[in-house]
Amino acid sequence: MAFAGKSTSRLSESAATTLPIMAYMALAICLMVADHRGGYGEQIRHRATWITEPMWWLASAPTRTYNASREGLALRGQLQDENAHLHRELEISSARLNRLSAVAEENQRLRQLLGGTRGYRLNVQLAGVFDVDLDPYRQRLVLDAGSDTGVQVGQALIDSGGVLGQVVEVGAHRSTALLLTDPDHAVPVQVARTGLRAIAYGTGRSDRLDLPNIPQSADIRTGDLLVTSGIGGRFPAGFPVGTVTELHPDATRLFVVAEAQPAAHFERGLEVLLISNLPVVTDIGPPAPKHAQNPAIVPASQIPASTASAQKPATQVSPTQKPTTQKPAAREPAATSEKKP
Amino acid sequence: MNRAPTGWLIYGSLLLGLLFAVLPLPAGVSEARPYLLALLIAYWTMESPLSVGLGTAFVTGLLADLVTASPLGEQALRLVVLAFLVQRFRARLRFFPFWQQALAVGLLLLNDRIIVAFVHLVVGAAWPAWTSWLSPVLGMALWPWMFVLLDLVRLRSRERN
Repeated sequence: MAFAGKSTSRLSESAATTLPIMAYMALAICLMVADHRGGYGEQIRHRATWITEPMWWLASAPTRTYNASREGLALRGQLQDENAHLHRELEISSARLNRLSAVAEENQRLRQLLGGTRGYRLNVQLAGVFDVDLDPYRQRLVLDAGSDTGVQVGQALIDSGGVLGQVVEVGAHRSTALLLTDPDHAVPVQVARTGLRAIAYGTGRSDRLDLPNIPQSADIRTGDLLVTSGIGGRFPAGFPVGTVTELHPDATRLFVVAEAQPAAHFERGLEVLLISNLPVVTDIGPPAPKHAQNPAIVPASQIPASTASAQKPATQVSPTQKPTTQKPAAREPAATSEKKP
Repeated sequence: MNRAPTGWLIYGSLLLGLLFAVLPLPAGVSEARPYLLALLIAYWTMESPLSVGLGTAFVTGLLADLVTASPLGEQALRLVVLAFLVQRFRARLRFFPFWQQALAVGLLLLNDRIIVAFVHLVVGAAWPAWTSWLSPVLGMALWPWMFVLLDLVRLRSRERN
């Protein structure tokens, strides 16, 4: 009896010592399972941030004080060295700035000498490419900017390489742009080296533009850089369009056709710049056909820059005529930058 | 005569242990940090079993889980197991010489790492880095110093009372 009683008491004693640990272990394991399966841990941790945040703050205090003191105790010599270095850099930079401002002034003066038509003030806007359509009959881009961000029909598109095309349709949030290489597109260009004017037509191929009807006596060579001439007002002047790659006589043997490689990266990039100089467009656009007193028959590409600029005040002084001259210009602007005949 | 050390000493040291668990360390060293909290729980279970037991170990572990963002209950389980083992062998551990005591604590910490590895295996988390196995060794090396230091502090506070 005594033995049995002793053994039971021993059993109960061992049970009494192991029961709490069993309970605690079971509780911990239940918690872990609940955390792992049910994701309750996240909620609990979220609630407990008022405990954990101060703990983290305290724990990171040594590192913070160390960094702060290291900055605070920087040696005087180091600071002097740094100061001298910065002074030198500042001097160099300000010298450069002075030179740049001198160049800018000179540039301004030269532009004024050239005449007002080139002094466009450009409005620039970045737009993302939403969709690309490059096939032999359609070369278009859909941009993720529309009339809500101020895009207007006729704005020119450029990228880092050069001119890409122009906006032809504007929706509320999207707009469509016609690329330089679209078979329906033409852009007035100028040979940068000689100033020779020409029109570059798209061919439906992303790597080629055609410049037909160049006189055989004209000064143009392979390797010549083509830039926008700004005539017609649709494209601002001076942006690279392409490089002449080949010259050959056309079917009549009277003119030369130049082939050019476009400067813009049609097959690369997801962002384009929209630029506009629309206020100037309204001034230069060809007048309404019913007013025959203006040289409307002459294509805009052949109007010298001086007459184009001389025209400006004439249209400006007659505000009553302005709406009538504007409307056709908007509907069928600048013959040179529009569809092929 | 009240021999139990004051509560602030116990809980203050545990708080320090919690802070040490989240002290920012370089990435490679972080896994090998000694489990100071386990050493503290072992010490207090050994020296003042009336005030520190399984319950304290469990609560401390839960707090550590919250602070270190380990699975909720993991460190609670580890500390409870450790406290239980220390309680079991308390009489023997207390009268071991220092080096033997340190060895025993090292074994307890190794057991702790095995529990961690097991939990990670079950939960499906990544296997702990090999440097984490240095943690028991460091903890073992730390034990005698911590023991002496805490004994000194405890004596001081008792004398002041």
